[in-house]
Amino acid sequence: MSPEKLIYQANQIARFFHSKPHAEGVAGVAEHINKFWEPRIRRQFFELIDAGGKGFDEFVLEAAPAIRRPQADAA
Amino acid sequence: MSLIQEADYGTPASKAEKQVKLTVDGKPVSVPEGTSIMRASMEAGIEIPKLCATDMLDSFGSCRVCLVEIEGRNGTPASCTTPVGDGMVVHTKSDRLDAIRKGVMELYVSDHPSGFGEKAGTGASEFDHVISLVGLAENRYGVEGRNHVGADNGDGVAPGNGSLTIDYMVKDESNPYFTYDPSQCIVCSRCVRACADVQGTFALTVEGRGFESRIVASMNENFVDSECVSCGACVQACPTDALREKSVLEKGMPDRSVVTTCAYCGVGCNFKAEMKGDDVVRMMPYKAGKANHGHSCVKGRFAYGYASHPDRILAPMVREKITDPWREATWEEALARAASEFKRIQTKYGRGSIGGITSSRCTDEETYLVQKMVRQGFGNNNVDTCARVCHSPTGYGLNTTLGTSAGTQDFDSVEACDVMLLIGANPTDAHPVFASRMKKRLREGAKIIVIDPRRTDLVRTPHVEAAYHLPIKPGTNVAILTGLAHVVVTEKLYDEAYIRDYCDRDAFDDWAEFVSDPLYSPEETAKVCGLDDPEMIRQAARLYATGGNAAIYYGLGVTEHSQGSTAVMGLANLAMATGNLGKNGVGVNPLRGQNNVQGSCDMGSFPHEFPGYRHIAIDSVRKIYEDLWGVTLDKEPGLRIPNMLDAAVDGTFKGIYIQGEDILQSDPDTKHVAAGLAAMECVVVHDLFLNETARYAHVFLPGSTFLEKDGTFINAERRINLVRKAIEPRARYADWEATQELARAIGLDWNYTHPSEIMDEIAATTPTFAGVTFDLLEREGSIQWPCNEKAPLGTPVMHIDGILRGKGNFVRTEYVATDEKVGPRFPLLLTTGRILTQYNVGAQTRRTGNSVWHEEDRLEIHPHDAEDRGIRDGDWVRLASRTGATTLRALITDRVATGVVYTTFHHPETQANVVTTEFTDWATSCPEYKVTAVQASPSNGPSEWQIEYEELSRQTRHRVNVEAAE
Repeated sequence: MSPEKLIYQANQIARFFHSKPHAEGVAGVAEHINKFWEPRIRRQFFELIDAGGKGFDEFVLEAAPAIRRPQADAA
Repeated sequence: MSLIQEADYGTPASKAEKQVKLTVDGKPVSVPEGTSIMRASMEAGIEIPKLCATDMLDSFGSCRVCLVEIEGRNGTPASCTTPVGDGMVVHTKSDRLDAIRKGVMELYVSDHPSGFGEKAGTGASEFDHVISLVGLAENRYGVEGRNHVGADNGDGVAPGNGSLTIDYMVKDESNPYFTYDPSQCIVCSRCVRACADVQGTFALTVEGRGFESRIVASMNENFVDSECVSCGACVQACPTDALREKSVLEKGMPDRSVVTTCAYCGVGCNFKAEMKGDDVVRMMPYKAGKANHGHSCVKGRFAYGYASHPDRILAPMVREKITDPWREATWEEALARAASEFKRIQTKYGRGSIGGITSSRCTDEETYLVQKMVRQGFGNNNVDTCARVCHSPTGYGLNTTLGTSAGTQDFDSVEACDVMLLIGANPTDAHPVFASRMKKRLREGAKIIVIDPRRTDLVRTPHVEAAYHLPIKPGTNVAILTGLAHVVVTEKLYDEAYIRDYCDRDAFDDWAEFVSDPLYSPEETAKVCGLDDPEMIRQAARLYATGGNAAIYYGLGVTEHSQGSTAVMGLANLAMATGNLGKNGVGVNPLRGQNNVQGSCDMGSFPHEFPGYRHIAIDSVRKIYEDLWGVTLDKEPGLRIPNMLDAAVDGTFKGIYIQGEDILQSDPDTKHVAAGLAAMECVVVHDLFLNETARYAHVFLPGSTFLEKDGTFINAERRINLVRKAIEPRARYADWEATQELARAIGLDWNYTHPSEIMDEIAATTPTFAGVTFDLLEREGSIQWPCNEKAPLGTPVMHIDGILRGKGNFVRTEYVATDEKVGPRFPLLLTTGRILTQYNVGAQTRRTGNSVWHEEDRLEIHPHDAEDRGIRDGDWVRLASRTGATTLRALITDRVATGVVYTTFHHPETQANVVTTEFTDWATSCPEYKVTAVQASPSNGPSEWQIEYEELSRQTRHRVNVEAAE
C-alpha cells in the first residue's frame, strides 16, 4: 500500500474516534487497528511511525504504543 | 420424484383467532372466523370447482362456478365470497349445482378455442381441469365464439387480424418468456388482480364491456412495451392458457419438481424447479416459501437460462501465462497444478502470500469450506468475500450498536409496519418481491419516507406516494440521519421507557447531547444535504418517531460510503431512541444484495473472524477449531480484498483462489485490481463463465449453478433456506466438492459426502447455528438464526425483551464530508445502482432473455446538466473521474437531481468501475461506490481504457481448439 493511502486510512479511523472522549477515542483507534489490520500493514505502519510519523492524526500517534507490533515471521 | 402440487384453497387464509365450526358435505370442519366456504371445504378435502378464485388473491365472485347450497338459506351463493358461519351446513354437490355449473362452463367453452378440444394450449390448464370436474360432456352452442378464429380454422391461426371474427386479437408474443393469447382468455381478471394486489404494478386492466372485454397491458400495448415488469404473477394466476410460459408451450408440462431457493438477490425466494427429465421447464414460486409466499420477480422466475448457456465452461482449464491460450485439462491436472503452485508460492514468499475469496453466490457450506481451507490449509486468515464491497458496514455498525451483525426482523414484519423509512435502497428494482410486500402495506395505509438522491419508484408509483422524499446529495447520509436524530431529541420524541429499560443510559445521554447541537439542526442539515426545505426534515423525523410502528429499510446506498459504518450506527441510534426494536413492524432491516451475502458473512468469510462473528484473536474460539481441525490457527487478522491487491502490487501476495466472484468487474478502481491480479503468480478462478477476472487466471475450475447442488442460502432476514439439487452438476463437481478436492490436493484430509455434514460441523462449532440441521430445515421449510436451545425453531424477530448486546449502545455519528469532492474539473456526482431485469455484473442475466429490457448501461443525467453540456438523449458520453474514464450513452431524466448522474454496472463494456473512486469506508474498507466526482461530455467513441481492455480481452480469452466465448 502506498504510504499516503495507509496514512489516509489510519486518519480516517481516527476521525471517527475524535467524536469520543480523548482517552476512549485513542484506545478505540488502537483497538480497531489491532482487530482489523493484517501484520504486513501494521509493519508498514510502524515503519512510518518510526520514521517520525509525519502526516498521522494525533489520535493515531497517541494510539501507536497500544498497537501490536507484528512479529518478525508473520506474513 | 414427482411434480409437487400445492393445494389451491381458493381464498387467502384468515388470520382470526376465533374458530368457527361447520359441516361440508357431512364432514365437520373447524376454521378461523372469516374463512370462505371455499377454503373451509378445501381444508376438509373437498374441492369446489372455481375459475376466478385462487388463494394468492382476495375473492372476486365473478365466474359463478363455485356455487354451493347452504341449509336454511335461499339460492346458491358463491363459496368464494361467502364466509363460514357457526353451525353452517354446506352442500357442494347436488343436481341443481351440477346443472348450474355445467351451464356456466358450457357458455365459457363456447367462446374458448381450446379446453373442449385440444387444438390449442396445453390441455392441462385449470380451465381444462374444471371442465372435467363439473363433468361437462357437450357444447350445444358451438365454438364459433366472437373472440377467436372461426371453427373451420381451429388450429389457432388467424387469416388476418380479426377478419373472420370481429373481436379476434392476435397473440402477443412480445415478452421473451410468456405469450398472451386473448382468444383463450375468460376475463376472470385473476391476472389483473395479481398484477395489482400481489405485484403492485397495476400494468393490466380489463378494457371494454361484455363480449368486448379484454385484458390489456397498459394502454393496450404489447406486454414488452407496457409497464409490465414481467414478474409472472399473471401467468401463474391465469387459469387458462391465455397467459402461458413459452417454455411450457415448447416443452410441454413438467413432470417432476424440486423445491429450492433462488440464487439472485437477498430476498431468498423459494421456487419449485419444475422439470422434464433434466430439463428445467419453469421455475414456479413456492407458496409455502416464507420469504416470498408464492411471488417472484422476472429474474428468479424466468432468468435461469444462463445455467444451460453455451458460454458455460464445463471442463477445467490451465495455462502458464495469462497471454497463453487456455488449454482444457482434467480435474486432477488442474487441481494438482493449483495445489503445487500454492505450495511453491508459500515456500518462496511465506505463509501469508496466498489467500482465498468466498462467494456470496455460493452456499453456506461452500463458503464455510473455503474459509476453512484458508485457515486450516493455507495457515493464515487471508479470506474475504464480496460482502466487503457491499454490506460489511452493516456488520460493523449493527454489531457495535446492537450486538449482532444482522437485520432485526423477518419480511412478514412489514405487515405490521405503520411508517417505513427507506434510505439508500431501491427495492422495486433490487429486491422486487419484498418491494411488492412494501407496496401492499403502503396501499393499506402505511406511510413511507424515502431518502435517496434519485426519485426511485417508491417515491411515486401507482397507489403509492411517499409522505416525504428527501433527495439528499450523495455522500450526506450521516448528516441527514444526525439531523433526524436532532429533531427526535430536541423535540423529546424519544421513547424514554425503552431507553431506560434496554439501552445504555450514559451512551444515550452522551449521544443526545451530541445530536442536540444546533450544528445538526434541520436548517444546517438541509444546507449540507442540499435540500431546499428544512421543515421537511422536521416533519419526516416526527413521522418516524410518532407515526406508530416504524421500520428502517436500507441498502447499499447507506453502506457504500466512506462513512458507511457510521451511517449504519446512525440508523440503529434512531431505532433505539424511538423504541422501534424488538416487536413486529419495526426494526433495522438491511436489504442484502446477493442471495447469500448474509450467509457468507455468517460463515466466517472475513479475515478477522470465525463463523458466527467471533474474532480470531479470542483464544477460546480458536481452540474450538484447533481441536477439531488439528492445527494451530493464526491469531492475526488476514488481508481484506483491497489489502490483498495492495500486497500483490507490493510483491508479497502471489496466489489466490477465487470462488465465484468477479473482482475485476465488481470491485472499485479496475486498474488497481488489474494491476494486483497481474502481479500474482497463480490465480485460480472457480466460476460458471470465463468472467472478467479470469483474464488474469492461470487455473480455471468450472462452477456449478444453484440447480446443480445441495446446500443452504441465508437471506436478508437471517432465513436459512434449503437449496436442493435439481440436476446433476454439469461440470462433474458441485462447488463444495471442487473446493474439497482442492483442499485434498493441498494435503487436507476432508471427507464430506454431503453438505448436510458440513452444516453439522457449522452447528457444532457456532452457537447461533447450534440447532440447525438439514433434517430440521426439511421439516420446517426454513429457519431464521439464532437457532439453538433458547430458540429451537429460530428467531423471526430479534431483540425482543432486550437488546442482544446487553444494553443498546448509542454512538456519536459525526458527519465527515467525503474527500471525493466536486470541483471545476469534476462538477457532477456519480452514483450507481441496479435495474430490475439485470443482476450485478450481469454474468447471469446478460445470458438470458432479460437483455430485452436492458441492452446497455446508460448514464442518467438531468435535462439541465445535459443541456449545459450539449448532450442529447442517446448520445455517447465520456464519463471521466480522477480515477479513469469510460463512455456510455446518455438517458436524460429528471429522476436525478441537477448535479447528480447515475448509472448501472451490469455490462462489462461500460466499465463503470474504471471511474469509481478508491475511497472506502473508514471501518471496513467497503468502497465508496455511491459517490464519485465526475465530468460528462459528448463523445464519439470508447475511452482509451476501453480500447486497451478490448485488446487485452482478445489476448487473454482465447482457448485452444475451442470457439471463443462471447
